[in-house]
Amino acid sequence: MNALSRFFARLEGPQTLGRGPGFWIGFLIVLAGACAYPLFSDGYTVGNTVYFFTWIFMALGLSLIWGYGGALSFGQTAFFGIAGYAYGILTINFGAAYGFTFIALLFAVAIAALFAALLGYFLFFGRISGVFLGIVTLSVTLVLERFMAQTAGPEWKIGAARLNGFNGMSNMPPLTVPWPGGDIVLFPDVQLYYVVLGMLVLVYLGLRILVNSPFGNVLVAIRENPERAEMLGYDIRKYQLGTFVIGAALAGLSGVLYTSWGQYITPSSMGMTAAALPIVWVAVGGRSDLTTTLVGTITVLAVFQALTIHGSQYALVVMGIMLVLTVLLAPRGLIYALARLIARPFSKRQPGDA
Amino acid sequence: MPMLQTLGLNKRFGGLHVTNNVDLTLQAGEVHCLIGPNGAGKSTLFRLILGEHLPSSGAILFGGEDITSLKPFQRIRRGMSVKFQVPGIFKALSVRQNLEIAMQHHYPPAVLGEEIDKLLAFLNLTADSTRLAGNLSHGQKQWLEIGMAVSLKPRLLLLDEPTAGMSPEETHATGEMVKRLNAQGMTVLAVEHDMAFVRQVAQQVTVLHLGKVFAQGSIDEIVANEDVAAIYLGQTTAHETAHEPAGGPHA
Ligand SMILES: Nc1ncnc2c1ncn2[C@@H]1O[C@H](COP(=O)(O)OP(=O)(O)O)[C@@H](O)[C@H]1O
Ligand SMILES: [Mg+2]
Repeated sequence: MNALSRFFARLEGPQTLGRGPGFWIGFLIVLAGACAYPLFSDGYTVGNTVYFFTWIFMALGLSLIWGYGGALSFGQTAFFGIAGYAYGILTINFGAAYGFTFIALLFAVAIAALFAALLGYFLFFGRISGVFLGIVTLSVTLVLERFMAQTAGPEWKIGAARLNGFNGMSNMPPLTVPWPGGDIVLFPDVQLYYVVLGMLVLVYLGLRILVNSPFGNVLVAIRENPERAEMLGYDIRKYQLGTFVIGAALAGLSGVLYTSWGQYITPSSMGMTAAALPIVWVAVGGRSDLTTTLVGTITVLAVFQALTIHGSQYALVVMGIMLVLTVLLAPRGLIYALARLIARPFSKRQPGDA
Repeated sequence: MPMLQTLGLNKRFGGLHVTNNVDLTLQAGEVHCLIGPNGAGKSTLFRLILGEHLPSSGAILFGGEDITSLKPFQRIRRGMSVKFQVPGIFKALSVRQNLEIAMQHHYPPAVLGEEIDKLLAFLNLTADSTRLAGNLSHGQKQWLEIGMAVSLKPRLLLLDEPTAGMSPEETHATGEMVKRLNAQGMTVLAVEHDMAFVRQVAQQVTVLHLGKVFAQGSIDEIVANEDVAAIYLGQTTAHETAHEPAGGPHA
């Protein structure tokens, strides 16, 4: 087996549910359905679906850090916000010509990742773990929220970009693809849908390969028993830091896509409610698997949206109840439990086999 | 040059002097057993050697190099590995994956699967390779962790109570394995209560008592030592119910 086929063989493995032709045929059918969906819908609804999709990157990143690595970060929204604001500041100052919005996307994600690298260095090399990791990361996102909330005055601007306090920053250009016959502006519509769907497929498959690689093996080993992992010669702090940075970059990607989608970002995107929601999505779906995280996030977001019609406070209460039920009835996640139930008749293999 | 040397090693937990001026020397190629009543400080000495605890004072030399301030993973990479007293396996992962995590950087990917199969067969775990490690019997867990430690191909293998919970046959088989590894050049330091095992494998025995080196010598010298018998007798009255499922020493 050469290196390349070994690389793609890692699309399946002990760290991911779903293997064999049955799963991949199902995957292709769902993907084909997702590709065809805009043909049967209107631009507004498709744009709304993109809004759902933008959150999934953050959820997948949290699944990696928490579900696979065992470190509960309560502050993924910090990276979401940093990247969102960075995208706004860059594009408001430099415009959207020559495909600059995509360069701004990369820069904004890189800034979030760099911030995570600094924060993560102190956390993991300082051996902060468990509930303290959650407390520190939550504090960081709340501090950022407070800070951005007091930037209403005209003195708070970077170049042409007013930070604008609690009212938020707006009117940054959406993602724009340079094109010979005139740039294609990706307003929340069908074109943006395909771009984000493509990113989603790439990220999902890339993460599957990552978690089934030797790196992913060490990651779950750290979750199971950090002492033993270190006593096999692994510098676990580096693995934890690397994972944290990847997860933060994905949260940053969500932040950029969200900001360019609505041309708008506010400090409350880093607030308490915003910080708690990714944890609900990931826990309810099943944090220890990428697929259940993805399906769970879409499901919970859809339920949330349906409920919001009756008032957003009401929807938040239902979120809380869903979280409590998950913890009590299916600690590994509702979608996860469902997937196991469906898979049982087809397979006699034990959970976690190689 | 000795494989391992501790020089005036001390460890205090608050007022508790758990490791008291320990000088221990392991020659390369020997099997050395560490015995002593419960609470003597044997596991703590292991943790000092591994770098999980830093000593209050003293130094540790490994192959002549001062490793006193190295991190645990750096010490492992220099060629030591450990089986802990309480099996430290990855419970929610399969047996096979446990070994894969230990071995993945020690073999090229093309032969890794084969090497895992070999080790599974050697450990008598082939039929259990897809089971979750947490569902194994206690003895099998011990074997799995010994296998993980051995798979790193260390120069120095540390075994903390490797046969606890094993039947006499399993204990004997473990002893034979230690002798085979030793014949291939591996130096072994083992904490053990089972005197039949100690007699089977040990070339040198060190008795630890209240954190101090109490006696040292061949197994026959140690067994003949009346002071050693006395501290064990003292323990059976004082700590009869201590966490010691395997029962005290069979001396
Ligand atoms: N981390 C610790 N903090 C405080 N006391 C400890 C710690 N680890 C071990 N001890 C104490 O040190 C003594 C020796 O323990 P240990 O090394 O486990 O003994 P042994 O392995 O010989 O049975 C015991 O009294 C134990 O309670
Ligand atoms: Mg002990």
